[in-house]
Amino acid sequence: MSAVAETLSVTDERLAGLTLPAGGWSDAARKDAFSRLQSMGLPNRRDEYWKFTRPDTLTQALPVPAAPFVTDEVPLFDAIDRLKIVFVDGVFDAEASDDLSLEGIQIDRLAAADADIHWARDVYGVLEANGQKPVARSLAALNTAFAVDGVLIHVTGAVIKPINMIYLHKSETSDVMLHHVIKVDAGASLTVLETGPAAARLNNVMEVDIADGAAFHHARAQGRDHERRAATHMFARLGAESTFKSFTLTANGVMTRNECIIELTGDNANATVGGACVGDGDFHHDDTVFITHDAVNCESRQVFKKVLRNGATGVFQGKILVKAGAQKTDGYQISQSLLLDGDSQFLAKPELEIYADDVICSHGSTTGAIDETALFYLQSRGVPKAVATDLLTLSFLTEAVEEIEDETLRAEINTRMASWLERRGG
Amino acid sequence: MLKINNLHVKLEDEDKQILKGVNLEVEAGKVHAIMGPNGSGKSTLSYVLSGRGGYEVTEGEAHLGDVDLLDIEPEERAAAGLFLAFQYPVEIPGVGNMTFLRTAVNAQRKARGEEEMSAAEFLKVVRAKAKTLKIDAEMLKRPVNVGFSGGEKKRNEILQMAMLEPKMCILDETDSGLDVDAMKLVAEGVNALRDEGRGFLIITHYQRLLDHIKPDYVHIMADGRIIKTGGPELALEIEKNGYADILAEVA
Ligand SMILES: Nc1ncnc2c1ncn2[C@@H]1O[C@H](COP(=O)(O)OP(=O)(O)OP(=O)(O)O)[C@@H](O)[C@H]1O
Ligand SMILES: [Mg+2]
Repeated sequence: MSAVAETLSVTDERLAGLTLPAGGWSDAARKDAFSRLQSMGLPNRRDEYWKFTRPDTLTQALPVPAAPFVTDEVPLFDAIDRLKIVFVDGVFDAEASDDLSLEGIQIDRLAAADADIHWARDVYGVLEANGQKPVARSLAALNTAFAVDGVLIHVTGAVIKPINMIYLHKSETSDVMLHHVIKVDAGASLTVLETGPAAARLNNVMEVDIADGAAFHHARAQGRDHERRAATHMFARLGAESTFKSFTLTANGVMTRNECIIELTGDNANATVGGACVGDGDFHHDDTVFITHDAVNCESRQVFKKVLRNGATGVFQGKILVKAGAQKTDGYQISQSLLLDGDSQFLAKPELEIYADDVICSHGSTTGAIDETALFYLQSRGVPKAVATDLLTLSFLTEAVEEIEDETLRAEINTRMASWLERRGG
Repeated sequence: MLKINNLHVKLEDEDKQILKGVNLEVEAGKVHAIMGPNGSGKSTLSYVLSGRGGYEVTEGEAHLGDVDLLDIEPEERAAAGLFLAFQYPVEIPGVGNMTFLRTAVNAQRKARGEEEMSAAEFLKVVRAKAKTLKIDAEMLKRPVNVGFSGGEKKRNEILQMAMLEPKMCILDETDSGLDVDAMKLVAEGVNALRDEGRGFLIITHYQRLLDHIKPDYVHIMADGRIIKTGGPELALEIEKNGYADILAEVA
C-alpha cells in the first residue's frame, strides 16, 4: 500500500464510527477541523514527524483495552486548595467536581455550552488550526471536530486557586477526547493542574490564549497507569509581556505523545515548557515541542529530562523557529536522558530555524549512564547501591522540576516523583 | 583491626599489575602512615579496600576485624566501619550535602541494626562538627562538593568521617591542597577522633601533616609493595633525602 493510500485508509477507518456533534456555536469550527483532518489524514508510521513514535494505537478505530489503574496513593495536589473539575472516562462528573463558580473566572462545559460563548469562538479550533503549519497535527484536528466534553475557561482577574482537572479511568475500553479552551485576559493569571489516568486512550487538546501581561501556569502528572495510551496537544498563543509555563511529570505509560505548540506573538513574552519522565520496561514517551518566535525580545525555554530502564524508549523532538523580525530572541533548549541500562533508548531531534540575525539560541541533547564515580562515592559512605542510584536519578530529574515557579507545586511534584521512582514501575 | 595479606591487584580491563603483594596490619588505636613515589599504588590500595570497581584482586586477602572486605559491596564495607577520605573528593550536582550526610549516617545505622538519627538530632550534631572544621551553614546546604575549593572539599571529607565515626579511617592525601591553617584544622579533626578502638592509615607525601598527626609507624610503598617500615623518623628521612636511597637499598 502506498503511504497516501495507507493514510486514507487509517483516516477512513477512524472516522467510520464517528459523527460530528451538531447544533452548537462550535459547529463551524468543527466542520473546518473535519475538512482539515480529511486533507491532512491521520499520521502513519512513515510520517517524518512520527519517525520515532508509532502512531497506530493512537489512530486506529478502537483503542487497545486498558485495565483501570488502581492505587492507594493520595491524589496528587491533595494538600493544595484547588478547584476540582472531575471527568470520569472523559465525561464531566458534576457530583465529584467542586462548584465551578469562582472569583475572576468563568467556567463552562464544552458539552453544555449551547448558548453562544463569544470569546470561545475566537479560540476553539483557532489555535489548533494555526498550529497545523508547518507540521500537521491531525490528531488535534480530529479532537476539535469530535470532542464533546471539556471546559471553557475565561479568566478576567487573578484567580485565587488553581483549577485541577482530574481524570478518572473506570472503563477498560474508554476512548476519550477532551477539549479545553482557556482565555486569560490582559493582566489576569491562572494555574491549571491536570492529574489522573483519564482513559484507555486519551486524546486531549488544550488551547490557551494568553493576552498581554497575563500569566498561565500549567502542571500535569501522567502516571502511574501503565497501560495508558495518550496523545495530548497544548496550543498556546502569547501576547506581549505574558508568561506561559508548563511542566509535565510522567511515569509509566505504554504510549504517550505530548505535543506543545507555542506561538510568541507579543514582544517581551516568556514561555517555558519542561518535563521529567521515568520510564520502565514497556514504555514509550514522546515530547514534541514547537516554539515559534514572532515578536521582539521574547524568551523561550525547553527543559526535558528522562530516566529510562529495562528497554524503555524516550523521544524528544523540539524546535525553535525564529521568524524574520523576531530580534533579541532568547531561545534555550535542553533534552537529556539517563539510561539505567543498555536496553533503553533515547531518540532526540533538536532543531533550530532562524530568520532573524540578532538572536541567541542554544540547544543541547545528552544521553548518559549513571555517573559511576558519584555512585561509588555514595556507596563508600554506606549508601546502598539502589538508594544511591535513586538519589542520583532524582537529582538529575529535579533540574527539570526547578522550572516550576510555584514552590508548593514544585515540592508536591518532587515528592511524588521520588515516590514514583521508589515504586520502580510497580 | 585492618589486616592485609599478600594483596595482588591488577586492572580489570588491562594486563597491568599494580599491587604486587602488599602486607600490612593496622592495630586499633594506632596511626600508620604510607608514603611513596607517585604511581606506586597507594590510592589503588585505598580503592581496592573500599571496593571501587575496575580492579581485580588476583591474590591475597584483606580483613577488617572478622569481616572479609574483598567479598562484599562498598556500602557493606562502610557499614563494617571502613572509611576512605578521597584524594579527589567527588562532586555530586543536585544532591545536597546535608541530604547526602544524613542518608549515609542512617544507611549505616540501619545496616548495623541501630536506630536511625532523627532530623533534629542530626542537625544538631552536624552543625557542631561542621563548626569545629570551620564549615559554614551555607556550605552544608550546597550540593555535595560542588563549587567547593580544594581545601573545602578536604575538610568536607573530614566532616563526613566525623559524622560516620568509622573504626578504620584511610586518608588519601588529605593534606594536599590545604593551606597551613586548614591543615591544622584537619589534623585537629583527625586527632579528635583518635581513640583506642580506631585505626588510621594516612597516605601522604609530606612530613608536615605527620607533625600534627603523630604516626606510630611509617611505611614506604614502591612499585606495588611496602618496601620499608619504620617509625616517624622514616618520614623525616624522606623529607630530607627523597626516595632514592631507600629504593637503592632494597633493589
Ligand atoms: N583505573 C586505572 N586505569 C589505569 N591505570 C591505573 C588505574 N588505577 C591506577 N592506575 C595506575 O596504577 C598506578 C598506581 O596508581 P595510584 O593512583 O595507586 O598511585 P599513587 O601511589 O596513589 O600515586 P600518587 O602519589 O600520584 O597519588 C599508576 O601507574 C596509575 O596510572
Ligand atoms: Mg594517590
